[in-house]
Amino acid sequence: MTDLTMTARRFIESIPHARALGMCLKELGDGKATIVMPYDTRFVGDPATGVLHGGAVSALMDTASGASVMCHPAAPVATVTLDLRIDYMRPATPGQTITARAECHHVTRSVAFIRVVATDEDEARPVAMGTGAFTLERARAKP
Amino acid sequence: MIRPEPVQVVKARRDGALAWLAGSVPYAAFLGIRFDRRGDELTAVLPFDEKLIGNPALPALHGGVTAAFLEVTAIIGLSWATLWEAFEAGRLDPAKMAAGDLPPLPRTIDFTVDYLRAGLPRDAYARARINRSGRRFASVQVEAWQDNRERPFALGSVHLLMPPAPGEPAE
Repeated sequence: MTDLTMTARRFIESIPHARALGMCLKELGDGKATIVMPYDTRFVGDPATGVLHGGAVSALMDTASGASVMCHPAAPVATVTLDLRIDYMRPATPGQTITARAECHHVTRSVAFIRVVATDEDEARPVAMGTGAFTLERARAKP
Repeated sequence: MIRPEPVQVVKARRDGALAWLAGSVPYAAFLGIRFDRRGDELTAVLPFDEKLIGNPALPALHGGVTAAFLEVTAIIGLSWATLWEAFEAGRLDPAKMAAGDLPPLPRTIDFTVDYLRAGLPRDAYARARINRSGRRFASVQVEAWQDNRERPFALGSVHLLMPPAPGEPAE
């Protein structure tokens, strides 16, 4: 594991809200991140169906997106979300783990652009897709 | 002449309806979101908690928490507005609602969040404005702020699919 990946992993594992939602980092590197979130009845949006709340899926997608920025070869020291747009294609199947795969596909000097897809155990039919822009804070050049 | 209802009867009915509606979403309870009501106007309140932090170095609220807070405010705000008349006319049975038999909630189609500034480690507030509420679709804007109402820290724009009216087939 490279230093960069280690830094990104530490960054994600130190996020209190990621821990609160039970998120677990699966893959990380080269501007791509995969994070999973096991089903939990506390995150349900509609108790009649047991379907997870969109907000919980959004939080997972936001975290995966930030992680993909942090492990981009541009080696940012920090990032925050500027804008995130999420399309919900279908309700997540109750009881199933949600996986978010994010890719930081382009960076400028100060902005990173991401794509992110969330699936449940039926990976052929995404639950939600998103695009976003994140700030990209680069390390200061050494004097 | 019909005498107006006693104020405590009106308040009990409205606050009861709101408590059932807001309490029906486990994820809203997990985040600790509650709702303040003035007449039919709702303000969502997100009391600060350590588990809502996204960046411990700053510290700042997690972007996902902000997104979820806006989305919960939009869904409950829209539901409240569309159910208000039914509550007031007594077409929704309080006993059934208290037993958990709640009307179905609108479902998010898409959702855009504009992060204007970092969410500070303190309480946050949000209000929804319903720009359009049709038979099938609705468009809702949400604004969240902390210390200063004039300086929102996040804006949301949400499109939702309305639940089928009673007796109509589901989508």
